[in-house]
Amino acid sequence: MELVNLALKAIFVENILLAFFLGMCSFLAVSKQVKTAIGLGFAVIFVLGITVPINWLVHEFLLKSGSLAWVSPAMAEVDLSFLNFIAFIAVIAAMVQLVEMVIEKTSTGLYHALGIYLPLITVNCSILGGSLFMVERSYSFSESLVFGLSSGVGWALAIIALASIREKIRYSNVPPALRGLGITMLLTGLMSIGFMSFSGISL
Amino acid sequence: MQQLLKGLLERVEPLFEKGGKLEKMYPAYDAFATLAFVLPNRTHAGAHIRDDFDSKRMMVTVIFALIPCTLVGVFNIGFQRLLAMGVEPAFGPAVVQGLIRFLPILIVTYAVGLGWEFLFAVIRRHEVSEGFLVSGFLVALIVPPSIPLWQLAVATTFGVIIGKEIFGGTGMNIFNPALVVRAFLFFAYPAQISGDRVWVALDGYASASPLAIVAEGAEAPIVDVLAAQGVTWFNSFIGLIPGSIGETSTLAILLGIGLLLITGVGSWRIMLSMLAGGVVMAGILNLAAPHPGHFLALPIHYHLTLGGFAFGLAYMATDPVSAAATDTGKLIYGFLCGVLSILVRILNPAFPEGVMLAILFMNMFAPLIDHFVVRSNVKKRLARATVPATADARVTE
Repeated sequence: MELVNLALKAIFVENILLAFFLGMCSFLAVSKQVKTAIGLGFAVIFVLGITVPINWLVHEFLLKSGSLAWVSPAMAEVDLSFLNFIAFIAVIAAMVQLVEMVIEKTSTGLYHALGIYLPLITVNCSILGGSLFMVERSYSFSESLVFGLSSGVGWALAIIALASIREKIRYSNVPPALRGLGITMLLTGLMSIGFMSFSGISL
Repeated sequence: MQQLLKGLLERVEPLFEKGGKLEKMYPAYDAFATLAFVLPNRTHAGAHIRDDFDSKRMMVTVIFALIPCTLVGVFNIGFQRLLAMGVEPAFGPAVVQGLIRFLPILIVTYAVGLGWEFLFAVIRRHEVSEGFLVSGFLVALIVPPSIPLWQLAVATTFGVIIGKEIFGGTGMNIFNPALVVRAFLFFAYPAQISGDRVWVALDGYASASPLAIVAEGAEAPIVDVLAAQGVTWFNSFIGLIPGSIGETSTLAILLGIGLLLITGVGSWRIMLSMLAGGVVMAGILNLAAPHPGHFLALPIHYHLTLGGFAFGLAYMATDPVSAAATDTGKLIYGFLCGVLSILVRILNPAFPEGVMLAILFMNMFAPLIDHFVVRSNVKKRLARATVPATADARVTE
């Protein structure tokens, strides 16, 4: 029940994109078509779902203050948590490389449609943000797995919804000055209002 | 009178035509002329993009459908006010009191909303559409009677500009403007739209809306708790309970639904599936209730008459612009609206009246639902089609 609650919270209540506005750059840039949005969405689900638990292991057994006690009692004093950022980014970069190779091999069309934004998942704030939230909120391993996956699902849901809306407003008569990024920013704000209807829900 | 008006319009028309002095104001002239008379030239852009039905007639039908719940609502806010003042509520005074509250709300909404609408129409050279006549009416019916008018004006401005005009006006928006207004009020001025001091139009008088009573929970069975506050199922059905102006009377809304269904203006698919979604979700929550005093135990038929569920089902979810457009999509959209309405209402202690927010949330996903329905239709037809051998090569290209 706790885990279900955590998952719902990460997807709807505290949507990593629409509540914290993490990962905005690719959200705005790759949301022109539903198809590519779905591709990127799944890539982010995968990367978040993998990196948060791995980073949990890294943090728990290598970097946290006193976490090296298992090597030798003499190292119980060592605190490597200043390496958190670098270590997390390294794990994320490795995972993104993996995703990139898989996508290039299996779906060349999607690979080209995503273009530069695929390697840029490495610096997608939502991915690093997921790992940092995991540390800050001191999740357990199972919690960090659920949190990573459902944050990714929340992100994917938001970008896919935005992409379908942007496909629809192609037929709208948006003022010329607002076309493109302007209207997308405003749409993002309206979507956040929609997601706010869940604020405060807990099972 | 009619002749006089017609003569006047004809006399000023040259001023607004191409080359006339007031050429720039043509949309404003057009709006008044079409409002007063049925002109030979029909709408050629906007809401009827999915339907050949004149959008003016469509909007007017919705207004007619709104009249029963407006009448009951006006009477009810006066009735609740007199009741709260300790006066024996008679019919005449109640209506007068209700009008004193309702008319300013309606006038402010229309004045502000139509003001922006005309401004945008003149600058962007599109027609003033009748859309806001409905949206503005809806706004006036879904706000609490005690709402400060300046907040209403700010929210209406936000709803019309951000909710509609930046997308190009009626028929091109993603979110229902009336719902955007309500959501804006909800999040910008929570004190004036939730809590227990807003539902009866009398300063300093606290009366929780029935759903807020429910959300608190109690020891005794929930139905008895409500009845002790004067909220029986029958009362909530005919609409004599505290609440937003137009939302309280399920009976009056049923009359409206009847008109919408007969004329085909409202989609029966959305209404039916939203009803189904609400019933299913309320049933599931009933099963999960630990004891009869728990707020999960609110019976299904109470869910349908309390709060804005019936109103949202009849007038908000069926908005043809912001709802899903495909037939299968409408069924899915309505069902999810119903499920989420009950969920937000019950599980979210902050917003006991969550129907409008749930529908706004579903507005966001309507294009996505349509997208997948269309995709699957394309797939199905491709699978069904037998491609002639000669055309085969071209298709696989």
